[in-house]
Amino acid sequence: MNEVINPVHGVDQAFLYILGFSVVLLLGITITMIVFVFTYSRSRNPEPSDIRGNWKLEVLWTVIPSVIALSMFYYGWSSYTGLRNVPAGALEIEVTGQMYSWIFLYPNDKETENELVVPLGKPIKLNITSSDVLHSLFIPAYRIKVDAVPGMKTYAWFLPDKPGLYSMQCAEFCGVGHADMTATLRAVTVSEYEEWLKLEEE
Amino acid sequence: MTDVQSYLETPSSPNLKGIRAWLLTTDHKRIGILYMISILFWFCIAVTLGLLLRTELMAEGKTLMGSETYNAVFTLHGVIMVFLFIIPGIPAIFGNFLLPIQIGSDDVFFPRLNLLSWYLYIFGGILAVVSLFSGGPPDTGWTFYVPFSIQTESGVTFTVLAAFILGMSSMLTGINFITTIHRLRIKTMGWMQMPLFTWSLYATAWVQLLATPILSITLLLIVAERIFGIGLFDPGRGGDPILYQHLFWMYSHPAVYIMILPAMGVVSEIMPVFSRKAIFGYKAIVSSTLAIAIAGSLVWAHHMFTSGMSDTAVFVFSLLTFVVAIPSAIKVFSWVSTMYKGSILMTPPLFFALCFIYLFSVGGLTGLVLGAAGTNIHVHDTHFVVGHFHFVMFGGAGFAFFAALHFWWPKMFGRMYNFRNAYRAAILITIGFILHYIPMLILGLQGMPRRYYNYLPRFEAGNFFAGIGGFIMVTGIMLMLVNLVQGLRKGAPAVGNPWGGTTLEWSVPSPPPLHNFVDQPSVKSYPYDFTDIIQQQAGSKQV
Repeated sequence: MNEVINPVHGVDQAFLYILGFSVVLLLGITITMIVFVFTYSRSRNPEPSDIRGNWKLEVLWTVIPSVIALSMFYYGWSSYTGLRNVPAGALEIEVTGQMYSWIFLYPNDKETENELVVPLGKPIKLNITSSDVLHSLFIPAYRIKVDAVPGMKTYAWFLPDKPGLYSMQCAEFCGVGHADMTATLRAVTVSEYEEWLKLEEE
Repeated sequence: MTDVQSYLETPSSPNLKGIRAWLLTTDHKRIGILYMISILFWFCIAVTLGLLLRTELMAEGKTLMGSETYNAVFTLHGVIMVFLFIIPGIPAIFGNFLLPIQIGSDDVFFPRLNLLSWYLYIFGGILAVVSLFSGGPPDTGWTFYVPFSIQTESGVTFTVLAAFILGMSSMLTGINFITTIHRLRIKTMGWMQMPLFTWSLYATAWVQLLATPILSITLLLIVAERIFGIGLFDPGRGGDPILYQHLFWMYSHPAVYIMILPAMGVVSEIMPVFSRKAIFGYKAIVSSTLAIAIAGSLVWAHHMFTSGMSDTAVFVFSLLTFVVAIPSAIKVFSWVSTMYKGSILMTPPLFFALCFIYLFSVGGLTGLVLGAAGTNIHVHDTHFVVGHFHFVMFGGAGFAFFAALHFWWPKMFGRMYNFRNAYRAAILITIGFILHYIPMLILGLQGMPRRYYNYLPRFEAGNFFAGIGGFIMVTGIMLMLVNLVQGLRKGAPAVGNPWGGTTLEWSVPSPPPLHNFVDQPSVKSYPYDFTDIIQQQAGSKQV
């Protein structure tokens, strides 16, 4: 059996890569700007030079940012594929967004509202749709978000790796109750999950 | 300077008197001023609405307003800021006033069409107000996403029609500018002698002309859906809600460039003037302007990575988004390099322009996080997006607008404002801005969605600090506007060329006469050649 890779790490690395480069670039631009303002102030440098450009420099600062931008694209894309490629044998749960709550339907036809219980260590695939307007299921802890579209099935998957409670929120504006359309994700051990699934079924 | 009457004293048609000389004017400068008054009016309204939103969010739970009011307020804040402030802002005020002068013409090509554009703008604004009282204020957000916008009972129909009319106004201004630049440019001015502000307006005008019709049609389709229920976007009847998003962003993403390109033009004028040195890489700036206008029209679906569209589409639009980032980076490098070995004079317009470069860079760099597919999924529709686009739209377009106000105010009114107050205002706005929007970026990374009137307890601290920043920023904006208006009465008279600029608007008196030029304008072979200015200054020192 191949071990399932948690896509959260890939996404977080992409965040670090892009934000890291950004901070360096921003500092570079800002410091250069401040240094120039003081070094070449009119009192210090009353005679400006007539420099109108430098094509070598201009080519350089076109090519280097292009390479950086493409590498960022690559990290972004490869982490995205992690979020999209569902491992085999995932537990599938049907999710329906409605004004203003989330309905979860389990394989044994058990239904819950605003509470999603999942077993640890097993990939979970959420098949999502909406019964009225657009919603969007957002689970920040697992870096996933996907719109719930009426008349269409969308999906997202995640790998619950730590027990605990996580928040889920609606991220696509859906009306008066949008901000209250929150739900809880509860990650429990496999045996607890099995028990919960049967217990509440009766 | 001989005693030439300014445009403020001479009406465009001699038989018009009093208020009619303004409301029926065809003078591009007076129309620019009409736009300035009306646009600043809407700006103040939208700022107030924005501050109300952030005040509501300063503490958890319902404080100032409930969900319904909050939804209406953020919708109006967005609609007004986008359609009544940022899109027309720089082109309609400064473009109208300066474009003909910068190219050596006495007016735009269609002066009456220009006035009609202003009336359409006013009519669109009135329609937006009407929408408040026809079934309740709109509550969809400025994006009018279906199916919600079709089902809601609020006055969305009128809001959408208002945006339609405002689009017409914007389109007509675009046609006018393109024609003016082609037909009325003084014979001696070739394309590569054109000032960069005019270049940016030229690129903007094409986007306005080509992209706005898509929005117009899309908005009419919403009205048709609401009134006749034709089912184009209704999945229950074979329609597709995602189709709407494509159509909406096909305009609304290029619209972002309608907002930022003129702002970049403003900064490209200010940097050389106060560095007293040629702009670094004139041709690179011109080509990056055109590149942004073209590539910016091909990235719309990066607003839709979570919408359910195909992964192939995500790949394509993410890649194109990174491509469009490059010309913006080139511009930033060129602006900063313009200062190298210059002779820099710090003034309020330059101060605003430098703040622009910093804030716009933050906006651009946070845009990379959103352009990358994997990271986009987490921060899409969160406060990170709110922070990001305010850095670009307000820290970028807004600060450039403030810079333009301070740069061309003496030209437009012949009066200087108080520098010390201008700096105080600029510092307050910048500090307030950073304190206001940085917490939003962090809140977004932590997972706070946008358009929430209430939130989970862990988001309270960030929202509280953002609120404080908002109040500081608004105080600064008020101080800035009061200082400018006071300058009109108390300010020292401004000479024709107070900053030492090289483009044609600085060769005419301040304020300019009705027909703009007293003498035949002489065009330089390179628009940012400061040799004469440096010699004049050296000469005046010897005397």
